[in-house]
Amino acid sequence: MLIIILLISISLTIAIFFLVAFVWSMKSGQFDDTYGPSVRMLFEDKKKTKSPKP
Amino acid sequence: MQVLVQEELACYHCGLPCEAEKIQLEDKHFCCQGCKTVFEILNENDLCEYYSFDKNPGVSLRYVSDESFAYLDEAAIRKKIAEFDSDSFSRVRFYVPAIHCISCIWLLENLQRLQKGILKSEVNFSGKSVRIDFNPKEIAFSKVARLLTSLGYAPKINLKTEELPNSVGFNKSLVIKLAIAGFGFGNIMLLSFPEYLGLDGTDEYLQRIFSYINIALAIPVTFYSGREYFENAWKSFAQRQINIDVPIAVGLFALFFRSVYDILWNVGPGYLDSLAGLVFFLLIGRWFQSKTYENLAFDRDYKSYFPLAVQKLVDSEWKPILVYELSPEDMIRIRNNEIVPADSLLESEAAYLDYSFVTGESKPVRTVKGDWVYAGGRLIGQPIELVVKKRTSQSHLTSLWNEAAFQKPEEGKYKRIIDKAARAFTWVVLLIAVVTGVTWYFYDASRMWLVLTSVLMVACPCALALAAPFTYGNMVRIFGRHGFYLKNADVIERMASIDSIVFDKTGTITHGANIVKFVGLLDDYELAWVKILTAASTHPLSSLITKSIMSHSIVEIENFKERLGSGVEGCIKGAYIKVGSAEYTGGKDPVIDASRVFVSINGEPRGYFQIETSVRPQVGEVVSKLGKRVVALLSGDSNGESNRMKHIFQEYTKLLFNQSPHDKLGFVSSLQQFNSKVMMIGDGLNDSGALQQSDVGIAVTDNAGVFNPACDGILAGKQLGLLDKFLTLSKTSIVIVKIGFGISFFYNLIALSFAIGGFLTPLTAAILMPISSMSVVGFSTVAVMWVAKQTFKEAK
Repeated sequence: MLIIILLISISLTIAIFFLVAFVWSMKSGQFDDTYGPSVRMLFEDKKKTKSPKP
Repeated sequence: MQVLVQEELACYHCGLPCEAEKIQLEDKHFCCQGCKTVFEILNENDLCEYYSFDKNPGVSLRYVSDESFAYLDEAAIRKKIAEFDSDSFSRVRFYVPAIHCISCIWLLENLQRLQKGILKSEVNFSGKSVRIDFNPKEIAFSKVARLLTSLGYAPKINLKTEELPNSVGFNKSLVIKLAIAGFGFGNIMLLSFPEYLGLDGTDEYLQRIFSYINIALAIPVTFYSGREYFENAWKSFAQRQINIDVPIAVGLFALFFRSVYDILWNVGPGYLDSLAGLVFFLLIGRWFQSKTYENLAFDRDYKSYFPLAVQKLVDSEWKPILVYELSPEDMIRIRNNEIVPADSLLESEAAYLDYSFVTGESKPVRTVKGDWVYAGGRLIGQPIELVVKKRTSQSHLTSLWNEAAFQKPEEGKYKRIIDKAARAFTWVVLLIAVVTGVTWYFYDASRMWLVLTSVLMVACPCALALAAPFTYGNMVRIFGRHGFYLKNADVIERMASIDSIVFDKTGTITHGANIVKFVGLLDDYELAWVKILTAASTHPLSSLITKSIMSHSIVEIENFKERLGSGVEGCIKGAYIKVGSAEYTGGKDPVIDASRVFVSINGEPRGYFQIETSVRPQVGEVVSKLGKRVVALLSGDSNGESNRMKHIFQEYTKLLFNQSPHDKLGFVSSLQQFNSKVMMIGDGLNDSGALQQSDVGIAVTDNAGVFNPACDGILAGKQLGLLDKFLTLSKTSIVIVKIGFGISFFYNLIALSFAIGGFLTPLTAAILMPISSMSVVGFSTVAVMWVAKQTFKEAK
C-alpha cells in the first residue's frame, strides 16, 4: 500500500504545480484580454506583396 | 450646373449612410471627408487589409473633434500619463472607446507601418485600450494622440484617466480564490473516496494519512478562499446587524473545527469535503453575480466631462496647463467643441455656448463680451478667450456634486431581501441549536457538543446564499442581451420595488439628434443653393440645415455675408438669398421661436425650416404600458414642446419645464419623502443629480460606453420600448428568489432533522449539501431563462 502514498504525493505535487502556474498566469495578466490574442494569430506578419486595389 | 438627389449609400469606411454630401473615390462612397481621408491614409500606406477583416470596420469621423493634444507635450502632464518615459523611449496606454472589431486591433497594432517613431503597439480588446511604445525624439507625445484621432480612434484623456488605474473588468483575486477552492474541493473529494466506499480495518493508517492531507488542503480553502465571509460576518457584528454572511461564517467555522477535532482525536473522518464544496459553490455564486460590463462606466462624476488641460496665457504665450491648476484671473483660450473648465467672463466679442450637458437646454446660448460663461458649456464656433473667475471645483456646475445625494454611500441604502431572510434564519437556527443542546445535555451529555456543531454545520445557508446571485446574475445577462446594462445585480431587486418613474425629455423621450423640416415652397435647385449658403456659415443652426438638405450643386456664392444674430445672405446664379431670423429675411413668424429659420429669395419670403427634436418611436407605447407609474416629465428646455408632450403623456403625468439640475434632484427627493420608490430615466449631466438621488437611475444612450452620467443602469436608446418588460422581469426575479429560498429551507429542514437526532454522518452531509445547492442553482437558472423567453417572445 506504500505505492498509493507515493502515487498520491506525486499527483498532489503535480496538481499544486498547475495551481501555482494558474495563479501566476492570472497575476501576470495573461487573462486580461481574452479576445485579442484569438484574432491576432490570424494576422499576416509580412506585408502583402500584391498592392491592394485603391 | 448639376443637381443630384442622393440615394441611400453606406460609407465604405464606417458603414453609416452617406447623407450629407456626395463624397466619392472611384467606386467607393464615403459619408464624410474624415472617412475618406482615413481611407486615403491607409491606401497610401498599403494598409487596406484593414477593410478585409470586417465589413465597413471604420469609425465615423463625423463626431470626432479636432483636439490638438498639445498639452500632452508638457513635461508635468506627460509624466502623469506615460507608463514609462525617458529620452528615447516612452510607453503610454490610451483608453480608446472606439475599439470594436478585428480590424481595429489589426490597424492599431500596425501603427509602426504608418508612422515613423512608433516602435510597437498592443491592443487590449477587453479593456479597450492600446499601449504604444514610441521614441519621443522622433514623434511627439501629442502627435501620437493626433495620429490615433485622425484614424477615428480618438484616445479619451481626462482628469479621471490619471486617477483610475487600468482595471481588467473582472475580480482577479476572486478568480484565484475560486481556483484554490476548486482545487481543494476536488482533491479532498478524491482523498475521501476510501471513506465513502468503506475500507477494512487493515488499511486504517491510509485513512488517517488521507485525513491529515485533507486538513492541509482545507486550511487555504477555509482561511484564504473563505476569508471574506469571516470578515463580513465580523463587520456586521460590529454594526450589530445580521446579514447572510453571519450564518455562513458560523457554519464554516463549525465545519472546520469539528472536522479537525474529529480527525485529530480519531473520532471520524470529518466533514472537510462538505466544507470545501460549500466554499467552492459560494464563490461560484459570487463570481456569477460579479459579472459587470467593464467597458461601461457607471460612476462618472463631473471630472470625466472636463478636459485635462487648457490653453493659458503665460507671459504673452499660450501654454497648456492642467485644469485643476487654474486660478482666478487666469486668461484662457477655448476652441471649437471644447468645454469651458471653470466659471469665467468672456473676453472675446461674442460666442455660442452649448450648455446641454448642464441644463439640458439644447439650443446654444449667445454670449457677448463681459458675460458670464459657466463651466460645462461647450463652445461652438470661433475660438474665444476667457478670464477665469472661480476654480473648477467651486464652479456653478460642480456645486451639484456637493449635494447630499453625492455624499452618502451608495450601498447599504437598501435592505436586501437576502439579508432579511438571513436574519430570521439565523435566529431560528440559534434557537434550534440551543434547544437541541439543552435537550441532549439531559439525554446524553457526552454527545451534546457533537450534535450542537452538527446543527450549526448543516444550517449553513449555502443554497440560500446561491438563490439570489444566480437569479439576478442570469437576469443581468439577459438584460444585457437586450441592450440594458446594469451596474450590478442588486439593481434588479431595487427595480422590482419601483412605483414611480420620472422621465427626462431631451435625449430620453426625444432623440439627441434634430430633425429639420422645410415648410414652404422651394424647388430642388433652390434648396441646393440654400445649402451652399448655410454650409459657408458656422452657426449651429446653419450646420443642421446643411446636413438636412440632400440636394447638391456646385456653384459659386457672391457677396456672402454673415450677420451675427440675424442670418446669412449671398447671391447665387443671380438670385439673392437670405437665410435667418424672421425680421432679417422679411418673413412673418406667428410664434416667437428660435428654432425656425426663414428663407427669402430676392426679397420674397419662401418659407421656413422648422428644427425640432424627434420623439423616439417606442416612447408612446411604453408610456401607455407603464400607465400610472409614469409620474413626471422633467425638462431643462423651455415649454415650447409642451403640446407635443401632452399627446404622449396622460394627464396624471406632471410636465415640468425649465428644470435646472438642482430642481430635478429636488423633485425626485420630494417624491421619495412620500415613500415612493423612484426610477429616474435621463441621459445628460443635467440629470446626474436626479439619477443619483433616485432609487434606480437609468441613463439612456444611443452610443453605449461613450458618454453617460453616473447611474445604476445604461439602456440603449432603441430598447426604451422594452422598459415595462424589464420592470416586470425584475418583479418576477424576486418571486424566483423566494421560491429558491423555499427549496433551500426544505433541504435545511431535512438536514436539521438528521442533525438534531444525532445521525448526521459525513457521508449524509457530503450528499445533502451539494444536492441542495445544485437544485437551487438549477431551478433559478432554468426559471429565469424560461420567464425571459416568455416575456420577450411577445415583444418580437
